[in-house]
Amino acid sequence: MGTFLAPVFEPGFFDSSAVNVALVVGAVVAMVSAPVGVFTVIRGQSFAGHAFSDVSTTGGSGAFLVGVNPIWGFVVMGLAATSAMEMIGVQRARSRDVATGIVLGGALGLSALFLYLDATSSSTTGASITVLFGSIFVIDHSTAVITALCALAVLATIVPIYRMLLLSSLDSDIAASRGVPVRLVGVCYLAATSLAVALSAITIGAILSTALLIGPAATALRLTRRPGAAIVTAGLVGIGATWLGILLAYDSFYWPPAGRGWPVSFFVVVLIFVFYLISGAHRPRRRPEPMTPGVPGGV
Amino acid sequence: MFSSFMIDTWMAASMAAVIAGVVGYFAVMRSSAFAAHAVPLGAFAGAAGASLIGVSTILGLGVFAVGGAVGIGWLGRRGHRDVATALALVVLLGLGSLFLSLSTEYAPEIYSLLFGEVLGVSTSELVPLAGLGIVTIAVVAVYYRPLLLTSVLSDVAEARGARPFRLEMVFLVILALATTMTVPVVGAFLMFSLMIAPAAAARLLTARPSLAMVLSVLIALAMAWAAVAASYESQWPVGFFVGTLGVVSYGLARAWSTVHRGGRGRVIQASSSRTEAKASAARSSSSRRWAADTWVRMRAFPRGTTG
Repeated sequence: MGTFLAPVFEPGFFDSSAVNVALVVGAVVAMVSAPVGVFTVIRGQSFAGHAFSDVSTTGGSGAFLVGVNPIWGFVVMGLAATSAMEMIGVQRARSRDVATGIVLGGALGLSALFLYLDATSSSTTGASITVLFGSIFVIDHSTAVITALCALAVLATIVPIYRMLLLSSLDSDIAASRGVPVRLVGVCYLAATSLAVALSAITIGAILSTALLIGPAATALRLTRRPGAAIVTAGLVGIGATWLGILLAYDSFYWPPAGRGWPVSFFVVVLIFVFYLISGAHRPRRRPEPMTPGVPGGV
Repeated sequence: MFSSFMIDTWMAASMAAVIAGVVGYFAVMRSSAFAAHAVPLGAFAGAAGASLIGVSTILGLGVFAVGGAVGIGWLGRRGHRDVATALALVVLLGLGSLFLSLSTEYAPEIYSLLFGEVLGVSTSELVPLAGLGIVTIAVVAVYYRPLLLTSVLSDVAEARGARPFRLEMVFLVILALATTMTVPVVGAFLMFSLMIAPAAAARLLTARPSLAMVLSVLIALAMAWAAVAASYESQWPVGFFVGTLGVVSYGLARAWSTVHRGGRGRVIQASSSRTEAKASAARSSSSRRWAADTWVRMRAFPRGTTG
């Protein structure tokens, strides 16, 4: 196999421990993002899904300032943002957008302050760039283990409420009339999303975290209408894009300008976007469905 | 605080606030807060690209802002608008990460593009700022009525012959123009706070569109001035004050509207979009609203609703 695939896999691809950790962490993040992302797309809460990755920047820089493990900053800020959005009114379709926006604006303001104080106290101007763009190749083993544990926590939140969450995402009125605690389920979903997004943001950067959350799920929902199949497809698309992106980034070390390498985020994002565009050509078979009246500022 | 070099700063902050107040009102009414976040942040990647190939920052910002806006509109034609926005945003930022990794000396400038550099505005930057600002306001003035109608009552607008896709594109291009102008001054993140918070607060205070827009501009101006003054005194970044003041002004407006409406009893809010559409038509006393609702139902069920 080595000689056959030599032009594809540059020397040392499977021997490098950084690459191995990147492959494993990338797969874990893609697998967790799949179920959370499918629900995010169905519920129309992509904005919240993205906002959590920016909010985690605040948590990371704040934790750095106080001097505790960044993980705690991410978790605390994620849960604080969840409850703030819930208080402003994220559960209603009309005010969801503004609720997310106000929380995001406040968090970004705090983030500006923390990064400024970090920079003056220890001259790490690059902190904002590291958090925003991240790098999947510089993950140490302890972070990888914590990521995996938190991935389990997210799945443990989603799996027990799967059916209730699905029903309330598709039609909250029917769910409420059948006795589903819609609001509680919504909060659980939001908390799981904040945890999933924050942890993928610290390991692979905010851009990739949003891309892996929304892209594969949106692609999968264009290919199939069945939620279970969509989650599996989204996971496969996410893992495929991540691994191919890591491979291309590793190979790009020999591309011009020589000896620098192109960023993984770029490759993964472009691959996900290409998958999404290709999936648009395929239309799932479905029964003809009456058009629904448009809503002012609908979701 | 009012020395000669600060005059430019005050003028730049005021212009940015006026633009943000006007454009932000439409962003809030159209539930386009995500686009208002994505276009400035995506345009930031254009600035990185411009510095890589050595053209002016404004040009890079403009190309990426307009490109991102058109991409959001085009991808969002059918299907989920929020998904289209998220995908356009990550593609632009992915390009940005490529540009950043290919160029070398950029780190401090990134912070200022993300979080703004109001305290370092030069007189030469004011002229393009004012020019683009006037263009933005002019486009808003031309499309004021159709934009407002599609934002508030999309059914009525469609029944009266407005083209939603075209108006969505017009709105996104206005957003891109406003972005190009203000991001170098107030930063990608702050532009967002300055657009959403004042407009959301103004909408809570009054239901009349023209009054709400004036209020939105006034709140944005007050926020910008207070933030510049506080930043000048404390040396802390201006973004922190804009973000915090945004949350405070929205909270105050929210409290005011709760107290004000307290006696009259609250309308029960519908939880899903379909219920909301039916409920708002049923509550409405406008014959045009009913006509539009009938029109939409006829279009949706051409063979009748009774079977």
